[in-house]
Amino acid sequence: MKTTQTGWLGRFPWHIAVFLAPAVLIYTLFMIYPLLDSIRLSFFTADDSGAISYAGFANYVTILGDPEWRASFLNALYNNLVFFLVHMLVQNPVGLLLAALLSLPRLRLRSTYRTLIFMPTMLSVVIIGFVWQLILSPLWGISETLLYYVGLVDWFEPWLGQENTALVTLSLISVWQFVGIPMILIYAALLLIPEDLTEAAEIDGANHWHIFWHIKLPLILPTIAMVSILTFIANFNAFDLIYAVKGALAGPNFSTDIMGTLFYRTFFGFQLQLGSPTMGATVATLMFLVILVGVLFYLFGVQRRLRRYAM
Amino acid sequence: MMKKLISTTALTGVVVGLGMSAAVADASLTIESWRNDDADIWNEKIIPAFNKVHPDIKVTFAPTPPADYNAGLNAKLAGGTAGDLITCRPFDASLDLYNKGHLTDLGSLDGMDNFSDVAKSAWQTDDGKATFCLPMASVIHGFIYNKEIFEEVGIDVPKTIPEFMDAVKKIKDETRYVPIAMGTADQWEAATMGYQNVGPNFWKGEEGRKAVIDGKEKLSDDAYVKTFEHLAQWKDYMGNGYKAQKYPDTQNLFTLGRAAIYPAGSWDITTFNSQADFKFGAFPPPVPANGDECYISDHTDIALGINAASPNKEAAEKFLSWMATSEFAEIYSNSLPGFFSLSNHKVEVQDPVAQEFVSWRDSCKSTIRNSYQILSRGTPNLENELWNVSAQVLNGTMSPEDAAAKTQDGLAKWYKPQM
Amino acid sequence: MSMQKMRKPLGAAGVHAILGAYTVLALWPIFLVIANSFKERKAIFRDPLALPTIDSFSLIGFEKVLGKSSFGLYLFNSLSVTLITLAIVLLIGAMAAWALSEYKFKGNTLLSIYMAIGIMVPIRLGSVSILQLIVDLDLTNTRTALVLVYVAQSLPLAIFILSEFMRQIPGDLKEAARCDGISEYGIFFHIILPLVRPAIATVGVFTMVPIWNDLWFPLILAPSPETATITLGVQQFIGQYVTDWNSVLASLTMAILPVLIIYLIFSRQLIRGITSGAVK
Repeated sequence: MKTTQTGWLGRFPWHIAVFLAPAVLIYTLFMIYPLLDSIRLSFFTADDSGAISYAGFANYVTILGDPEWRASFLNALYNNLVFFLVHMLVQNPVGLLLAALLSLPRLRLRSTYRTLIFMPTMLSVVIIGFVWQLILSPLWGISETLLYYVGLVDWFEPWLGQENTALVTLSLISVWQFVGIPMILIYAALLLIPEDLTEAAEIDGANHWHIFWHIKLPLILPTIAMVSILTFIANFNAFDLIYAVKGALAGPNFSTDIMGTLFYRTFFGFQLQLGSPTMGATVATLMFLVILVGVLFYLFGVQRRLRRYAM
Repeated sequence: MMKKLISTTALTGVVVGLGMSAAVADASLTIESWRNDDADIWNEKIIPAFNKVHPDIKVTFAPTPPADYNAGLNAKLAGGTAGDLITCRPFDASLDLYNKGHLTDLGSLDGMDNFSDVAKSAWQTDDGKATFCLPMASVIHGFIYNKEIFEEVGIDVPKTIPEFMDAVKKIKDETRYVPIAMGTADQWEAATMGYQNVGPNFWKGEEGRKAVIDGKEKLSDDAYVKTFEHLAQWKDYMGNGYKAQKYPDTQNLFTLGRAAIYPAGSWDITTFNSQADFKFGAFPPPVPANGDECYISDHTDIALGINAASPNKEAAEKFLSWMATSEFAEIYSNSLPGFFSLSNHKVEVQDPVAQEFVSWRDSCKSTIRNSYQILSRGTPNLENELWNVSAQVLNGTMSPEDAAAKTQDGLAKWYKPQM
Repeated sequence: MSMQKMRKPLGAAGVHAILGAYTVLALWPIFLVIANSFKERKAIFRDPLALPTIDSFSLIGFEKVLGKSSFGLYLFNSLSVTLITLAIVLLIGAMAAWALSEYKFKGNTLLSIYMAIGIMVPIRLGSVSILQLIVDLDLTNTRTALVLVYVAQSLPLAIFILSEFMRQIPGDLKEAARCDGISEYGIFFHIILPLVRPAIATVGVFTMVPIWNDLWFPLILAPSPETATITLGVQQFIGQYVTDWNSVLASLTMAILPVLIIYLIFSRQLIRGITSGAVK
């Protein structure tokens, strides 16, 4: 921006264009264009031969108005909210705790812990789903045996199979897998804090708890906010784990159905239910709107305010 | 470093691109299928047998994991990259592909007359004018049982439902074996191995199935409530924690010799042959009372069609015509015991358990799963509903009456003859 | 002396107890898969918690899997696709993140939102359009197709996180450089990039995860045996021998091990990146 040349070419901030161009181009061509091309379908309806015709907002009216569709949609939305809340209440606090402990000065085995705790995040959901089903399976008896050792064998239930426990169980499996992400993000933010800030407090005799609570935490609030919004986005787009463990019908009785599985079922079909690209695109657009509301709230409500106070 | 990586990308692209164009032969066929279990049999038996007759046609069997088959196939058809031959699911899923112009009409195919109208009905338009897939096989439902446990407990094969219930009670009371190996976690087991397995005896097979399609009977009628009531009785005899038990768990429970009775599809025979080290047999779904006529679910399950966009249609037709011969029927039925050829050729089934299954075609009346034809076209989808309520009845979270009423209500929402 | 400073409320022992306990929780399920993959079928069921013994030891699962799949080729495909994508995403993602977080220009906020849209919509929605695009470019069954799609798919998150970190860099560093007459490119490559190394390392790790584990795009864009990735290859096996726990566990183990090895190698780099960033 601060160039010494004159003339239009000189004043045009070429470096900004150079920095942005490659990412914007690839992203627009291979992400935005295909997505827009598909979202467009939500304003169309298809006949038996697959030919589409413009339908205005008819698909949206169906999903939000037809009792059958509305019930499925609201059920998925509600379940997704539960899924998200479990992550916010368990995954992020645990991630914060682990990051805070890892960033303690002069901690031995620091990198070993960090490397090992992050490992589950590296695995595919196919593996995660399979492993946890084995562990929780009443047939294999692994959890039952473990509970027996600690004298709690009566507490054992087939958690993944019951309507009232399946969703929370799956959420916790997901938490187990992804706790490394908030941990490592917050850890990276903690490392960015200049040491002179904490050293001064240490000389004054403040303990680590005090330093963390009064000096470090306020400084990493923007990162915690970012972790929260990323959790929100990832959770409302989640699909793989539920699909791998419960299938697209997300049983029992749709108690584990979230937006991602509802979208998949609608868009691609399932067993005898035919896929409908037009209705599927409508569900996806609604998902997008839900997420967008969250992101805008973050960008304009949380991020700006935090920046003003924290920096 | 970065430059090197990027040029490697470009290079990779070029190399792979070259490889692609070099691989184009004059007649090569790719088969899209969800049967990845059968890959060995296709590669080692079926394709070599075909190549003895047509050595000039190269055939590749390219299966997709079953859960992703429909989604992947539809995307590939829309993008124009799907294989030449498409494995067809029965009824509407394939009808939809035909209506969208992805499958060709096979009415005039050589060898199509080797199949009966019933066999073809799963892959025809509603008016029966066009047939778009060549029928391959049907699967039969019934029960597979552990002969050694039956001997140990001293029970005979049950013929009626009261006998069946006595048998499972005896197993439960006197041994530590699980009487009925079934789980509800996957839901489809409950609907397919439960409801569709024992139901035809209550709704009298084809008679009841057609009556619902015509609107003369309701899914909430007595026959359907009784089906659910019978299922509801099973729940006390299923394994510990069956609510979280998945299909592979169920299979293992049985093949490890821990369960006595396994509500089965005939396709399970292949797996059990290789994994069970005890003798097992099969019996048809028990009838409600002595002397009742028996009905079995003999479900048209799998067929093969031609991708309308295929550049190798001629070769594809040759392949299908070969599949209509007795040679294919023979290889297929005997390499995959439990998949029964739908052609009119007399095939000698060698596997004893498969033989038992197929013998019921003579002693009982055959029908297909009642939700497959026409009735799963609307929202809510009847098949999905059946999975849901059957699992709930077995879990004890829904009463048989409510389950039957729910399926009927769902159907009445969109299906005109039932409104 | 070194540990003395860890005073209340947690002593050094307490800290290690928490971290150690969580490490066990994170690793135990993985260990369970690996241990059981070396046991014969009945032993897996009889006592799944036991380690393989001389009696129960069996390699049958591995024999089946290795005998029937081109594991080496799959590994190579996965590695090349993942690493090339990673390199591109980190470079052009960091560039874009820098532009969005540093420069005030018209439409900056809008462009930021635009670059984030990609993570708000299920990517599978666009599969048919993506496939058609790849067909038009004549890139079906190539690893290039996968790289292009994965780069596009990973950019939003990378840009989102990196720009968040870049905003936290104190302004005086940049201003000082500008006064010295260093070009904007020079500032980015010589000052900013080294500073955000921890963030780049972090983004790198979790850009890699979904790409390595993705099943869907290999399935529709590059399903040929020559271009199949390890996840696609393994998935075929899980489908094929779903009741054959030996093979399932063996193929899972073989899918886990490469990731863990790569991660262990990378994490050394990662640690170096993070610590050098912190020291400044």
